[in-house]
Amino acid sequence: MAGSTSKAGSTPQGFNLLHFILLLVTIVVCVFPFYWMVTTSLKEQAAILSPTPQFFFPPTLGNYTRAFEKFDIGASLVNSLIVALSTTAISLILGAPAAYAIARFDFKGKQDLWFWFISNRMISPIVVALPFFLIARQFHLLDTQLALILIYLTFNVPIVVWICADQFRNIPKELDEAATLEGYNSFAIFWRIALPLAAPGIAVSAIFSFIFSWNELLYALVLTRTNAKTAPVVATSFLSGYELPWGQIMATGTLVALPVIIFSIIVSRQLVRGLTMGAIK
Amino acid sequence: MVDSDMSVDKSKKTYSTGAFFFLAPAVVVLLAVGIFPLIFAVGVSFHQFLLPKVHWHGNFLGIWPIYDAPLTWFQNYISIFQDDSFRDALSRTFLFLIIVLPCELVLGLVIALLLHQQGNELLKKICRVALVIPMATTFAVVGLMGRLMFDANYGILNSIWGFIFHFRPDWLADPNLAFLSISIMEIWQWTPFCALVLFSSLTMVPAEIEEAAKLETAKWWQVLWRVQLPFMLPGITAILILRTADILKLFDVVYIMTKGGPGSATELVSLFVQRVGFRAFDQGVASAQAIILLIIATLLSRFYIKFVYKEV
Repeated sequence: MAGSTSKAGSTPQGFNLLHFILLLVTIVVCVFPFYWMVTTSLKEQAAILSPTPQFFFPPTLGNYTRAFEKFDIGASLVNSLIVALSTTAISLILGAPAAYAIARFDFKGKQDLWFWFISNRMISPIVVALPFFLIARQFHLLDTQLALILIYLTFNVPIVVWICADQFRNIPKELDEAATLEGYNSFAIFWRIALPLAAPGIAVSAIFSFIFSWNELLYALVLTRTNAKTAPVVATSFLSGYELPWGQIMATGTLVALPVIIFSIIVSRQLVRGLTMGAIK
Repeated sequence: MVDSDMSVDKSKKTYSTGAFFFLAPAVVVLLAVGIFPLIFAVGVSFHQFLLPKVHWHGNFLGIWPIYDAPLTWFQNYISIFQDDSFRDALSRTFLFLIIVLPCELVLGLVIALLLHQQGNELLKKICRVALVIPMATTFAVVGLMGRLMFDANYGILNSIWGFIFHFRPDWLADPNLAFLSISIMEIWQWTPFCALVLFSSLTMVPAEIEEAAKLETAKWWQVLWRVQLPFMLPGITAILILRTADILKLFDVVYIMTKGGPGSATELVSLFVQRVGFRAFDQGVASAQAIILLIIATLLSRFYIKFVYKEV
């Protein structure tokens, strides 16, 4: 086996089989919990509680209808959607211009500002959640979507700035100079030239912002009670009692996770870059 | 020449005033929703602040809530250092980090090498899509999956375990096994991240260099060590930084799988602070703990940023 390094690409048969098996194992391990969740959501309680795992069963949508009726999943999904969309929109409005300034302008303290944006990634949400809870309580913001929209800005604005700054840097500076000669002011350059050219990056940052907001649990757990509950909070709320309604729990889990998984597969190329915040290209 | 120099000067000037207007909204909002609460937390941490006992006395300047909580200065901080439980939660978190991170890195490297290896192109494509699924799954839902699969009576993992070893442990009720369970879910969720980061580093090794190295030595690990590893170093550093930060923040998965239990066996630092603040209602001590956590995270991130994010 060791001797056959004559040409890259022609690997011996046995090694190829091992390669095949290991890849297959990786795929199965990655997909299995997801598969198990979805199939559990389609099972009757008796099939779920059977001591031997049931791989073949008559599928039912009963868990989904029950989850909608009993736990009001619909309202929490709508809450999640409103919060995620609003915070994403505001993050873009605030973050994209800031990213442009960082990518294009030179000013004092730019380095410090950049570090400040980055360091938001490192701060534990519990640190902000405690005082924000007290402040929100005094301003009657507890259990409102607005409280969540505001606090989600703390992690969404930095991620938008990060991804968009990268995108704006890739636009040739000559375009700006040409536009200046045409009599554009810097706002017009940003609005008419840079923004359309950076649209793909902005879209990616929007998707990230949406995913992070949709997935968030700690703030939502602390800041909501009934009206503004987001989907992940509801998913946690029926984890008490003796016999857990696993079918309904997994139906909720599927409804919460599936949109994000589909979204992420669409942007899978950018996903890693977004998660490392561009630390590697 | 003179003309063009002047125009450069002029444009520079407009640039810096322009920067202010572009940046101001984002900075103002982040100060308001991010920094202002932190300053407020520092204030709370100097008071004896038991949530059911304190009363609100209006707002200072309309924005700063005033309570009748007694000012105790550093009493909360002193009590944290006298009591072992916060330190235990911190060391539990670092133990978790030390167990989980090497597993993620090694497994991630193996998967990255599999993806880099020639052949089985279709399967590799499927694999790259499959790797996205764990990372993208809502953390809370990962916790739900963990609870379901590790269930003592009808969890699938327990069934497989029972089939092989003929006994069924109660994973989430045993302190060590519960710790192992949350570690397994964390490794499941974030190994793909390591794999994809390292894979994209591997693709940056110039093909000629890699082939030359393969011709020179027959041993794959020498190629890995001498040729591929240097290209992976930035990726590995990024992984170390981001996973450390995320594990210090880790809450959702553990909260749902074990709520920190049994006892405090899986109570990582975020869960601990959350319990003190919102289940024991001692906001003063919890705020002080949060400030200490913030200081640790800030020191770590300063240290890390110096290493990785050098350029602007």
